[in-house]
Amino acid sequence: MPSTPDLLGRRLLFFTGKGGVGKSTVSAATALLAAEAGQRVLLVSADGKGDIAAFFEHAPVGFRPEKVYPGVKAMAMDTEASLREYLRLNLRMPFPARLGPLAKALDFVATAAPGVKEILTIGKICWDVRESLEGRARWDLVVVDAAATGHIVAQLGAAQAIEELVTVGPVRSQTGWMTEILSDPATTALNVVVTPEEMPVHETIDLVDRVRAELSVPFGTIAVNRVLPELFTRSEEAAFAALRRPEAVVALAGVAGPGAGTVLEAADLAVTLRRTRAAHLARLREAVDLPLVYLPELFVRAEGMRVTRMTADALGEELGV
Amino acid sequence: MNVSISGTPRTPGTDRLDAAGLDRLLAAKEIAIFCGPGGVGKTSVAAAAAAGAAARLGGKVLVVTVDPARRLADALGLAGIGNLERPVPLERLKEAGLMGTAKPQTESKGKPQGSSLWAAMLDTKRSWDDLVLRHAPDEATAYRILENRLYHNITARFVQSHDYIAMERLHEIHQSGAYDLIVVDTPPTRNALDFLEAPQRMAEFFGGRLLRWLTMPYRFAGRRGARMVNLASKPFYQVADRILGSAFLEDIAEFFLNFQSMYDGFVQRARSVERLLHDRRTTFVVVSTLEAAPLREAEFFMAELVERRLHLGALVLNKALPDYLLDEAGAASARLLATDPGPAAAAATAAFDPCTAPGGSGASPGITDATVRRVLQTVGDSFLNFQLVAKREAELRSELSRVPECVLRVPYFESDIHDLSGLARLSEHLFVPR
Repeated sequence: MPSTPDLLGRRLLFFTGKGGVGKSTVSAATALLAAEAGQRVLLVSADGKGDIAAFFEHAPVGFRPEKVYPGVKAMAMDTEASLREYLRLNLRMPFPARLGPLAKALDFVATAAPGVKEILTIGKICWDVRESLEGRARWDLVVVDAAATGHIVAQLGAAQAIEELVTVGPVRSQTGWMTEILSDPATTALNVVVTPEEMPVHETIDLVDRVRAELSVPFGTIAVNRVLPELFTRSEEAAFAALRRPEAVVALAGVAGPGAGTVLEAADLAVTLRRTRAAHLARLREAVDLPLVYLPELFVRAEGMRVTRMTADALGEELGV
Repeated sequence: MNVSISGTPRTPGTDRLDAAGLDRLLAAKEIAIFCGPGGVGKTSVAAAAAAGAAARLGGKVLVVTVDPARRLADALGLAGIGNLERPVPLERLKEAGLMGTAKPQTESKGKPQGSSLWAAMLDTKRSWDDLVLRHAPDEATAYRILENRLYHNITARFVQSHDYIAMERLHEIHQSGAYDLIVVDTPPTRNALDFLEAPQRMAEFFGGRLLRWLTMPYRFAGRRGARMVNLASKPFYQVADRILGSAFLEDIAEFFLNFQSMYDGFVQRARSVERLLHDRRTTFVVVSTLEAAPLREAEFFMAELVERRLHLGALVLNKALPDYLLDEAGAASARLLATDPGPAAAAATAAFDPCTAPGGSGASPGITDATVRRVLQTVGDSFLNFQLVAKREAELRSELSRVPECVLRVPYFESDIHDLSGLARLSEHLFVPR
């Protein structure tokens, strides 16, 4: 097994994963962990959902980074705002007045050539990273709650795609440095969040292959989320089996009340679930030679800061922070 | 003719959950569209509903699926084939306990006699190619489109392209009249509503003023090699040219000029699809799990369906934890075991012992009292953990403010659904027990 990477030593961390596996939670937890280690962190929601801030019990954020926690600023990607910023910084084009029709046109062009929207997302992120690399630092670390597995290759490969499509023009000349940042293993890492279930594992394996075939973005770690606890050791397993025998259940119910049988049944369910998930995990480990970190299933009431905190603690332990 | 199960909102708190199955709904509909947030098991539920409908209601049933797990695709006989509709072999359905075995085909009215399950996978790329080949005005135009550098990009990555082609295919299959019931598993989208709007947006996209504006200089200048005459004065072209370069703009224009030749067809079919979605023979089944985020999305989606006057037929809550986890007696025992496992361990150990336990099934060598105590403590803790989650689920369920009449709960299966007998088991929870 490859050793756990120095994730927090990078400048740019992407988190992808199949929908519903806890990609945003792990992104937020990573931001929290880094901030508490003394870093200035920018947390970016790449799909434009401002509710990433909810993981810090903060109201939704927009394109302008807002402080959501000491050391953590969060922003939601907005391709139109990103274009405005790009034009202002690069082309020195003064035209807030002209932006109405331009925004519409952008929407259109972006639909026709999907790389455009992605390049505005990835370009903005890379720009922030470059600024800090060149000492105009506002951030020590940029954490991106990136596109889901189905879309991440298009997102990260936008610079490459543009290079293929647009043969000349300023956009073309802008893509080289992005690719450089994105492919530098000292700077960037793509992380995959997965749960030990069939489809997420399947998509993760596919994704790792695709990224390696099509992009030069280095991988960081695979964060396995919602790992159920191993209930029993080998000898305890034998004891549990004995306890499930009718005469033992009767004896237990006599002391612990009529619910004892139900409690044992629930434990059996927990064991079975764990076993099924372990099989998927085994498949993942076999197919992918990347370091894995394990985050436990959290038996808590709701999402929010509590979950972010607990996930950050578990992540810190796994990463040795 | 249509038994319309209304999708009107119910007052919260009326807990008539798990009342029926999909029987009545699917018996009256020709199209059932399964939708909902990603990662909730939509594909399995849709496939199980189709299999169950074929077995119980009879008729020729097709499930159109988008991205099934590989093993499930294998089970449905979809591995390696593209867009073709394929029958799932009857023997395999029988083996799985779907069709035939429980109720032989001697049934009255002969309903199940002709029943069969078909499956098809949606291959976006191939569907687009087919569409272009079929609807372009001539072969030369078709190939010009297929060979355009942007064509692949647009059809493969255009966010709505999957949704559009899914709807287009649905319309085409329905129009063929080949099936009694078509069950559609919708593509995973960032926004579950995208596919509803896809036909409309597609028509707007190709007919939009913006497109005409963009391609205008080329329409008059002939095909390739058009010059950006007079455009320097227009701020849009100025900006676009500076950002993207004119060669790129020319590519876009060429693509759309060719594509526009199919415009009338697009508008017409978009309208037909729209009509089909609103038809009384079409119903929507929303699938979710009982987790906060997916459920929020599902609720929003249900509200939108009602808003758009689309037929909300059922809500399926998948991967629900079993009810016994809510059991108060269980909780009491679990608390006791978690905090003070000693006495229970002693009693249980005594029961293992063949000398002290009359009728005991034999000694269990090597199981010490300390081990049993640890196990009981773990078991108690684990119950309380899972109960917390089960209670959270129950609370979320009771908070559902706008639900269709038919709400079904499918339990968490200990293993993934990847074969026909798995689908059979899942379908037991979607239909009225036989």
